[in-house]
Amino acid sequence: MSQRDIQIDEAGNLVHFLTLEGLSRPTLVGILDLAESFVGFEAREIKKVPLLRGKTVVNLFFEPSTRTRTTFEIAAKRLSADVINMNPARMSTSKGETVLDTVRNLEAMHTDMFVVRHEFSGTAYLIACHVPPHIRIINAGDGRHAHPTQAMLDMFTIRQHKPDFANLSVAIVGDILHSRVARSQIHALNTLGVPDIRVIAPMTLLPTEVERLGVRAYTDMASGLDDVDVIVMLRLQMERMRGQLIPSEQAFFRCYGLTEDKLQQAKTDAVVMHPGPINRGLEIASSVADGPQSLILPQVTNGIAVRMAIMAQLMGGAGRKEAA
Amino acid sequence: MGSQLRPMLSSDPLFVGIHTGGVWLAQRLCQQLNVATSIGTIDISFYRDDFSRVGIHPQVKASHLPEPIDDRHIILVDDVLHTGRTIRAALNEIFAYGRPRRVSLAVLVERGGRELPIQPDVVATHMELDPGEHVKLLGPEPLTLQRMERR
Repeated sequence: MSQRDIQIDEAGNLVHFLTLEGLSRPTLVGILDLAESFVGFEAREIKKVPLLRGKTVVNLFFEPSTRTRTTFEIAAKRLSADVINMNPARMSTSKGETVLDTVRNLEAMHTDMFVVRHEFSGTAYLIACHVPPHIRIINAGDGRHAHPTQAMLDMFTIRQHKPDFANLSVAIVGDILHSRVARSQIHALNTLGVPDIRVIAPMTLLPTEVERLGVRAYTDMASGLDDVDVIVMLRLQMERMRGQLIPSEQAFFRCYGLTEDKLQQAKTDAVVMHPGPINRGLEIASSVADGPQSLILPQVTNGIAVRMAIMAQLMGGAGRKEAA
Repeated sequence: MGSQLRPMLSSDPLFVGIHTGGVWLAQRLCQQLNVATSIGTIDISFYRDDFSRVGIHPQVKASHLPEPIDDRHIILVDDVLHTGRTIRAALNEIFAYGRPRRVSLAVLVERGGRELPIQPDVVATHMELDPGEHVKLLGPEPLTLQRMERR
């Protein structure tokens, strides 16, 4: 994986955030700790710090997004950066311009950071390979590959409620096959030392040899959810499905939808998470999504602090080379 | 420092320590002066002027001001006043929380080498140090000053 190299410069500093694969436990814990200090900004009269003052962040979202794009925008603005949101429908890529040409043009406008989401795996990596060294790239989701900032905010949310990663059972449920969130979560959980990571899905929605990622695979909820501390529900990504992978939505909900009944299998203090957007009555029952064990909205709130931490981490020392 | 600070207590000031040495010192001063209000703490990491050169410290401690600071008298406490850049950053951070009526600066050690027009109101001791030397407060128990060559 050459991707490991490009995220880290010769001095060992994190310069891009493309995947969690290959990042060390201290790196991940450092980001979580830093995010902690950005929590509670609402108490301030001025909800901003000047860390990224004078920097320009471009949100480059080739795929639709509500939570991720908005929280990246809020995060960048709280760090005092100038933020530009690119709307793909209005962009020149729809006139045939390549992604790299789009980036080169934005670069020519003296931007400092790109937050990239694209339906093709590896797009953020491709861009990172072609930008000058002072520009930072954050992957906000590429195809089925990775969604590292989402996984980090999920780890942050888990840590708030279950601080001891070394004694956790985590089950990730649903459309594992199409989920970049699941892949990044699995890397993060393994790196942070979680001993019991499970994926639960019908065979048709499990990647082949999923166990090689360091998880145990289950095809039924009853045994898969048994005694777990954390349940992560995933959205069924109908738009990415090719062919008939589930018999029907009703049948999927009956077997794999998280209901109060099925939740009984987990520990009594288990928490329920979902990266959103949720499909009520398809992968999760409303009573669970809105119930006392749900952390779905705190996840969204935490997204701001965690993304602030990642942006600050990448931009800190960005002038290092020029200064030296 | 206590005797210099005592006259200021009539304005019901809020003591604010700068992490980490200034927090220890502010706690100690409040004990000695029998100040009942809890102290505020400031971590200046988000306001440093060398962020783009050296990056961010991974263990930023949260700033916490226990009560609204609008129209309050704030006594900003730090262990060593050297270049003045820390105080500049701390003032910026404080003003992100509101508009104090007045800010006074109390430091344990004042040394030369100022790079900004910032002077203390209360000083325990002056030290003459070579540019290569530095001094810091170790603590929290006991509080001792350590003088050393810069690494």
